[in-house]
Amino acid sequence: MPLKFRLASRNLFHDRLRFIATIVGIVFSIVLVTVQMGLYVGFGRMVTTMIDHSPADLWIMPIGTKCFEDPSLLDDRQRFRALAVNGVVEAAPVIIGYAQWRLPSGTTTPVFVVGSELRGLGLPPWDLVAGRIDDLSIPGAVAVDQTYFERLGITGTGATAEIRDLKVQVMAVTKGIRAFTTTPYAFTGLDRARAYTGISPDKASYLLVRVAPGSDVDGVRRQLRANLADVEVLTASEFGNRSRSFWLFGTGAGAALFGGAVLGIIVGTVIVAQTLYSSTKDHLDEFATLRAIGSSGAYIYTVIIWQALLSAVIGFAGAAGIGAIVVAMTAESALPVIVTPALSVGLFVLTVIMCVASAIAAIMQVMRIDPALVFTR
Amino acid sequence: MTGAVIDAVDIVKFLGRGAGEVQALRGVSLSLNGGELVLLMGPSGSGKTTLLSILGCLMTPTRGIVRVRGQPVAGADPEELAKLRRDNIGFIFQSYHLFPTLTAEDNVRLTLDVRGQRSRRASKAAREALAMVGLSHKIKAFPLELSGGEQQRVAIARAIVGNASVILADEPTGALDTQNGQAIMTLLAEIAKDPSRGVLVVTHDPRILPFANRVVHIEDGRIVSEESGGTAKRVWKS
Repeated sequence: MPLKFRLASRNLFHDRLRFIATIVGIVFSIVLVTVQMGLYVGFGRMVTTMIDHSPADLWIMPIGTKCFEDPSLLDDRQRFRALAVNGVVEAAPVIIGYAQWRLPSGTTTPVFVVGSELRGLGLPPWDLVAGRIDDLSIPGAVAVDQTYFERLGITGTGATAEIRDLKVQVMAVTKGIRAFTTTPYAFTGLDRARAYTGISPDKASYLLVRVAPGSDVDGVRRQLRANLADVEVLTASEFGNRSRSFWLFGTGAGAALFGGAVLGIIVGTVIVAQTLYSSTKDHLDEFATLRAIGSSGAYIYTVIIWQALLSAVIGFAGAAGIGAIVVAMTAESALPVIVTPALSVGLFVLTVIMCVASAIAAIMQVMRIDPALVFTR
Repeated sequence: MTGAVIDAVDIVKFLGRGAGEVQALRGVSLSLNGGELVLLMGPSGSGKTTLLSILGCLMTPTRGIVRVRGQPVAGADPEELAKLRRDNIGFIFQSYHLFPTLTAEDNVRLTLDVRGQRSRRASKAAREALAMVGLSHKIKAFPLELSGGEQQRVAIARAIVGNASVILADEPTGALDTQNGQAIMTLLAEIAKDPSRGVLVVTHDPRILPFANRVVHIEDGRIVSEESGGTAKRVWKS
């Protein structure tokens, strides 16, 4: 190991109590940022989960629809107009809406009904852990996620309840389909969904459009916009971005998450800066000696920055360990913290930047050192 | 003896500002030749340390000329002064100023490391320098594991390992007992036999007078006398 790095690491590890305090500060700062950003990623995925799992090329929706859960309605005649456009192979209606799930005990809880054709273009449930899609064709059959069993007062398939005084029976169970609103999804067929939400048969929440293979999706979209009045036609990606933007920024949830992350960064920076500053102050005689024996400014800055980088690497390793535990613990919860590889890399870069920026105060102090003080101490 | 390895001409230095300003040096001229050991003696506050700092390029004079191996240092910025120091000057301090977290070998090697010399040859040179000061058996020892005399030897090894032509020592025996002080001065006198090197020692300690080729006395920022070593002939200056 080069001597200046050895000097830096020994300076850092020499005072163990201060070193531990630094690492704890970095770890908690980065864990805070990780949780906030992991929740951000988790929210981002949850709010678009339905859109992401649809095979549709285009979504037709009422003008001004903000997100998937926005319960506006289309006239079903739009479907036939859409089918008349060249390049449109299929235009399938989807029904969404909130409803009350009544348990046999009489207590109620809200559910979010998602109804579509169970075969072909639609929004059938995925990741089934019990039952099959075909089981949902039985009258009154619904699929719910196992995360919400307790909320819905059920223990698995075969359980019954009521929605709008209509009997429903859980015939399929999914794993991991959770809603950002924390209201459980109840998947069912199109007609039953209309009955559960009170939406009339000539209305639909969305029309999912499949474009013929080889057709120009943008061209088809332009035609749809021209032929259909009072609707918006978005690609899945555009609708996903709109939903994400609404939930994360329109509601202030994203700002709260970012605010927490920024707070974490500030706390971490201040802790590391304070530690490096006091460490530099304690070793001022040594830095003055280095300067006296002719070291360049860059040599001394390298020593301080290496201390910062070492702190960053060790602190990040600790934070990554705790972050992994948090991710594992929340994986099955209604609000999972998701850390993607890109987020991990970003957090590491952030930790390094935070620690190196923290070294500035120490470097400024060293820049003011008078090497002649070696004769007076 | 060869020509001057460092010389200062008519050095004036003011320290502090405003009402607290004091004139530490009042037109001091001093040169140090290769192969020479010079003692700089004087009472506290006489300007010894200020002169040493200026000769060591740690401080710039308010007026006057300093030349290191004939090269004027006037106008040099802090980085250029640092380069002058690492290429030409070795320091020995009263309180050693060793790095407590580094071994004796690493403390010595630091002089070469700041020059960018990081090969195995640098380690070998550090070990040879420690051998020269009689510490080849302590290369892996940390400063706190060494006696005061041994620590000062490490500091001497650090000063000489880079073949500095000027060795400036500030009270090198100040913290040592008589025996260790004698040993350290013997080492410095040996180093000063090299015609390419000059050694300037600031001291209060009259016991080390026999080691000097020349003794310079400074008072109130002025050189008041010079005497040759051995002859002990004192020449008072006006």
